[in-house]
Amino acid sequence: MSIKLDHVSYVYSEGTAYHKQALKNVSLEILQGQFVGVIGHTGSGKSTLIQHLNGLMKATEGTIYYNGENIYEKGYPLKELRSQVGLVFQYPEYQLFEADVFTDVCFGPKNQGLSAEECKERAKEALEMVGLKEKYYNRSPFELSGGQKRRAAIAGVLAMRPKVFILDEPTAGLDPKGRDEILDTIASLHRESDMTVVLVSHSMEDIARYVERIIVMNQGEVLFDDAPKKVFAHYRELERVGLAAPQVTYIMHGLKERGLSVSTDATLIEEAADEIMAAMKKERAE
Amino acid sequence: MIRDITIGQYYPAASKVHVLDPRVKIICTFLYLFSLFTFQNLMGYALAALFLAACVRLAKVPFRYIVRGLKPILVLLMITALFNLFLTPGGEILFTFWRLKVTDQGLRTAVYMTVRLIFLIMGASLMTLTTTPNALTDGLEKMLSPLNHIKVPVHEISMIMSIALRFIPILLEETDKIMKAQTARGADLESGNIIQKAKAMVPILVPLFVSAFRRANDLAMAMEARCYRGGEGRTKMKPLIYGRKDYIAYLVTVAYTAIAFWAGRYLPFHIWIF
Repeated sequence: MSIKLDHVSYVYSEGTAYHKQALKNVSLEILQGQFVGVIGHTGSGKSTLIQHLNGLMKATEGTIYYNGENIYEKGYPLKELRSQVGLVFQYPEYQLFEADVFTDVCFGPKNQGLSAEECKERAKEALEMVGLKEKYYNRSPFELSGGQKRRAAIAGVLAMRPKVFILDEPTAGLDPKGRDEILDTIASLHRESDMTVVLVSHSMEDIARYVERIIVMNQGEVLFDDAPKKVFAHYRELERVGLAAPQVTYIMHGLKERGLSVSTDATLIEEAADEIMAAMKKERAE
Repeated sequence: MIRDITIGQYYPAASKVHVLDPRVKIICTFLYLFSLFTFQNLMGYALAALFLAACVRLAKVPFRYIVRGLKPILVLLMITALFNLFLTPGGEILFTFWRLKVTDQGLRTAVYMTVRLIFLIMGASLMTLTTTPNALTDGLEKMLSPLNHIKVPVHEISMIMSIALRFIPILLEETDKIMKAQTARGADLESGNIIQKAKAMVPILVPLFVSAFRRANDLAMAMEARCYRGGEGRTKMKPLIYGRKDYIAYLVTVAYTAIAFWAGRYLPFHIWIF
């Protein structure tokens, strides 16, 4: 599995007063099993970018290849693509519509043309994966709490067993506990299957902990596309485009400037703590 | 998908027409429309064309935007033209086409009527292109405020109108988003017969209604929280007050209407049968 974008550009409302270039000449490739974070300021084009990945939006210029096949080719099975590249929109709970949670989760598999038995099996599996208890299965989606609704909605896409799983700001509007739960669930999904995961966020802290690669978007262009440590090394540039590196990065840079010989590429609090301890021990020994 | 539909097709620009009081634009548009229906000769239409062209120029709206407004009434225009062409009684027969006779009177009426409709739509488009929907309802509210004396809730009606207008783009965007989300879950919105298509709308309509009610609730709450209690004693942040430019606009339009009215009746010039 691979998704390759080749010089993709997208323009909103072309030829009107509201003309806006949302993507500018984006070229990148997402490989099997990767855990990718897409980050950018509001309006940087990240949501537009991911809607291209499953063919919901058609690039005004450029091509997209899924497994080497051009998805804009005439007769390309877009429906099949969409069941392989699962996309969870922002605030997915607003798309729940069935009378109960379980039937709603069955909607995706049903559209894939699976039998009722298989749909049920998949829905059950997906609901278990997102950690929604069985007692909620027969409740109306509108009775659940915000976090539960979101889990149900995420399960709705998971039930299609996508090979690539894309989530647009899955933690928006959740409290810290709900946020950590959702992100941990996604991380364990990635660990336990060979699913490719693309996580969109505007919070570096969220992303730094989980992903192996970060794509930074700015004004429709890819600013950086690298491993988290390497991206955070550009923390000054990130600030300039309205983003920030994780707080740990600032602390480490600050310590180094003040003379403690620590490496500045720690991205997690635990890593940073070990690094600082090691450096202090070394200093004391000298 | 749905984003391409523009309603309340406002075209933002910094022009002398955009900054006019909405009341001026409404009344002047009506004067212009009125003038169109008084013409009996070509002179009137020539003057109307000139006036419209001058206004468009002044408004800095690209001409193609104004022409775009004609698209939805194209069919109506053609039907009007054909009916007038073939069914106007009287006059000299110019030529016969199968069993239909085209008379000079018929041709004249057809052309006048079509041109009149085209000018009418273009004039109205110019107004909506240069005035935001909210400014329009503000203008209407102020113009209709005398009706308050006979217990017509003018403020409430205009508030309902502004809210409805404000929500159109929001709900369109929401619809677009829900459609995409359900498509991403494999929903098929296009194929199938009419019953299947209607059924396919359920996953879109349910979330859309839920969201519309949620938004309405939130808005009502927000208005309550700011002590909104209807129009009585309510002042405006930007009250509509006529300025010099507004009086000038009135003067120019009234002058145009008077001249065009007079010329359209008593100052004829002829080309062929017109």
